[in-house]
Amino acid sequence: MKWFLVVLCMISTTVGDVFRSLGMRSHGEIHDFRPGALGSALHAIVRNWMVIVSTCAMAVSFFSFMKLVSIAPMTFAVPMSAATFIPETLLARYLLRERVDWRRWTGIALIVIGVVFIAQ
Amino acid sequence: MRATDHGRLRAKTQFWAVVSVLSNVAGNSALTYGMQSLGGVGNTPAALIEALFHPWVAAGVALLIVWTFAHMALLSWADLSYVMPVTAIGYVVTAFAGKFLLGEIVSPMRWAGIVLITAGVTLVGRTPPASELHD
Repeated sequence: MKWFLVVLCMISTTVGDVFRSLGMRSHGEIHDFRPGALGSALHAIVRNWMVIVSTCAMAVSFFSFMKLVSIAPMTFAVPMSAATFIPETLLARYLLRERVDWRRWTGIALIVIGVVFIAQ
Repeated sequence: MRATDHGRLRAKTQFWAVVSVLSNVAGNSALTYGMQSLGGVGNTPAALIEALFHPWVAAGVALLIVWTFAHMALLSWADLSYVMPVTAIGYVVTAFAGKFLLGEIVSPMRWAGIVLITAGVTLVGRTPPASELHD
C-alpha cells in the first residue's frame, strides 16, 4: 500500500506540474493582481484543458499524499516527495524545451541529496 | 528583454516564491497535524472527504489553495525547472520551524541537509527565472 501510494503520488505530481506549466504558459504572464483582474484571469484559466488535467492530477496527488502521511512517517514521505524533481526536470528540458544549464542540474542534485539527509 | 524587465521579473518571482513556500509549508503542516490527530483514516473517498471537515485539515486545505494560485501565477512566467527547485527552500523552513516552534532536535545529518538544499536553491536562484531571459 505504501509503495503504491508513493508511485501514485510521484506520477500524479509530475503530470500535474508539467500540465500546469504548459497551461499557464499558454495563458501568458499574469501582470495584474487586483481582485477584478485576477477573477478574469481565473475565468480564462479554469477553461484551459491543460489546467483541468493538471488540477485532476493534483487532486490525485493531494489525496495520495494525505493517505501516505497517515500511514507512513514524515521521514519516509518527505524524501519521496522530492523524488519527482528528477523526472520533472527531464520533462522540463525535453518536453517543455526549457533551458536547463549546469547550475540548475547541480542545484537540483544538491537539493535531492539534501532532502534525503534532512529526513533522517 | 531589457535589464529593467529582467529585474522586475526577478523581484516578482522572488515575492511569489516566498508566498508559495510559506503557504505550502503552513498548509502541509496543518494537514499532517490534522490527519495524525484523526488517527486511522479509511481508504474510501468518502472517508478522505469526511476528514476534510476536521478544523486542522480544513485550514491546511485553505492554505494549499493559496499555494495553488501562487504556484500557477509563478508558472505563468517562470520555468518549471526554476520554480520547482527554488521553492524547495520550504524543506529548510520546515526544519527550522520544527526546531524553533516545536523544540525538535536538529541532528548533524539534518544540518548537512539544510546546507545542501540552501546551496542548491542558491545555485538555481542565480539562473534567469525564464528560459527566454538567457543570453
